[in-house]
Amino acid sequence: MKSVTISDLCVSFGALQVLHDIQLEVAAGECFGLVGESGSGKSTILRCAAQLNQKWTGTVEIGGKSVRDMSVAERCRAMQMVFQDPYGSLHPRHSIRTTLEEGLRINGIGNRDARLAQAMRDVGLPVEFLDRYPHQLSGGQRQRVAIARALILEPDVLLLDEPTSALDVSVQAEVLNLLVRLQKEKGFTYLMVSHDLAVVDHMCDRFAIMQHGRVVEVLPREAITQGGATQPYAKELIAASLEYEHAV
Amino acid sequence: MDPILEVKNLSIRYHGAPEPAVRNVSFTLGRERLGIVGESGSGKSTVGRAIMRLIDSAEITADTMRFEDVDLLNASERQMLKVRGKRMSMILQDPKFSLNPIQRCGHQIAEAYRTHVRCSKAEARAKAVKMLEQVHIRDPERVYDLYPHEVSGGMGQRVMIAMMLLTSPDLVIADEPTSALDVTVRLQVLRILDGLVKDKGIGLVMISHDLNLVRAFCDRVLIMYAGRLVETLDARDLNNAQHPYTRGLLAAQPRIGGSRAPLPVLNRQDSWLTPQAQGDAL
Ligand SMILES: Nc1ncnc2c1ncn2[C@@H]1O[C@H](COP(=O)(O)OP(=O)(O)OP(=O)(O)O)[C@@H](O)[C@H]1O
Ligand SMILES: Nc1ncnc2c1ncn2[C@@H]1O[C@H](COP(=O)(O)OP(=O)(O)OP(=O)(O)O)[C@@H](O)[C@H]1O
Ligand SMILES: [Mg+2]
Ligand SMILES: [Mg+2]
Repeated sequence: MKSVTISDLCVSFGALQVLHDIQLEVAAGECFGLVGESGSGKSTILRCAAQLNQKWTGTVEIGGKSVRDMSVAERCRAMQMVFQDPYGSLHPRHSIRTTLEEGLRINGIGNRDARLAQAMRDVGLPVEFLDRYPHQLSGGQRQRVAIARALILEPDVLLLDEPTSALDVSVQAEVLNLLVRLQKEKGFTYLMVSHDLAVVDHMCDRFAIMQHGRVVEVLPREAITQGGATQPYAKELIAASLEYEHAV
Repeated sequence: MDPILEVKNLSIRYHGAPEPAVRNVSFTLGRERLGIVGESGSGKSTVGRAIMRLIDSAEITADTMRFEDVDLLNASERQMLKVRGKRMSMILQDPKFSLNPIQRCGHQIAEAYRTHVRCSKAEARAKAVKMLEQVHIRDPERVYDLYPHEVSGGMGQRVMIAMMLLTSPDLVIADEPTSALDVTVRLQVLRILDGLVKDKGIGLVMISHDLNLVRAFCDRVLIMYAGRLVETLDARDLNNAQHPYTRGLLAAQPRIGGSRAPLPVLNRQDSWLTPQAQGDAL
């Protein structure tokens, strides 16, 4: 089990600073939610932690070790990311089999066929789909491939960027149940972006609310139902979500 | 009043696929908000793309597929070019994939405008910026100049919606248009779409996984399973759905304040594959 510690994370694109001194502490084995305004920098935080974006200042540590000091293979085992946008994250000319096998090969993991089949079953996809290409899958099926690719390496930390927003509720239920089970069995740590406070309430222990590149407030999940938010934007977002659930 | 869209017994089989992805789907659309829900892979996007005639790698058959005066089954591609994007628009499910990756977002909106309306580049730019503002993008001037990979997920969705708003289509097919938006912005965008239906009398097909949204926002809902329509309901009656599949979907939703027990998942039945009596769908 590994913790995630983000301190003083700052990111700018050109003249625009999109993250301001982000501090987040995710305990080993915790499920931590990240919610907030569209464009507030949630995906950017995950992309920095995964070293997909390397132009940032501050520190990101996984299990006490800076992600900057990890080799690629080490980083692969320490964390995996599931992207918000399933189409963009899958190679269009690679079959699903090739996509899933890649990580296993890089890390010299054996028994690949059995692992591939299990990964497909875990996300509720037929094993025959291994020979399809991304454009032959529906939006939700692609997202499940992306989740399978991350899980197959059994990383300590999963960075999940709206992992279920492209999924229907029944597949979402299967994926969330799987994530909960894996967390219990393997002690995974999750940092999960979501727009759905019902998902956050179901999955997370604590969550951070973001706006304009800043963490506005970190709250325990109970704050959703019992109040406890003190910052105006946090209160507004929670109130809007409660209203949405009852009446859009 | 004549329906805007009329679909009768639509079936679609992708080339090389053993089974049709869509079978015998029938519905009509008036000046209303019609939701389509159903599990992943049930054929929702395929129906939308077939109506827009955006699929070329499949065999498409139907008794009728008509949009206003256009026979969508037999229209030539040249006719479709005059209709698509102008009189009927689709907001695609993967916004970033649907945008051209090497052109700035704003430029793409401006160019789309210029294909439909004769105007100067400066006018088109001003129009595009105004559209970005209308979909509640902060800082539209900056976002105008960003490439698709530089905008956030929710900004990409709103760029697509802005593009659709440029012309005044009579039919909009929105495929998961708001899934990447926070609740506050989502409500704002839904209000825009609602305005189009109420004020301009468009027909809106809303493909969505979000049952709360469909229940509160749509007039009627089609429920799809394995390429078939299993049930058609008034949206406000969604919670009283009778079909076990629909009930299963409702039960699978996590709820704020719910117990954290494992979520109920669908127990799929072969009997769901046999066609239902669906009088009012037709
Ligand atoms: N490569 C880039 N170049 C320029 N700006 C960028 C780039 N990547 C992200 N941004 C900007 O950073 C800001 C934060 O984007 P980010 O994707 O982190 O938002 P988000 O919180 O994930 O939003 P959403 O909920 O809509 O996905 C946005 O204003 C975006 O335009
Ligand atoms: N080009 C293609 N070739 C072969 N099969 C395809 C192709 N495109 C889609 N399919 C299959 O057709 C079925 C319906 O896909 P469609 O994209 O319409 O589903 P959907 O209901 O929109 O699902 P989602 O909610 O996941 O987006 C799926 O099983 C999918 O795998
Ligand atoms: Mg994002
Ligand atoms: Mg789809």
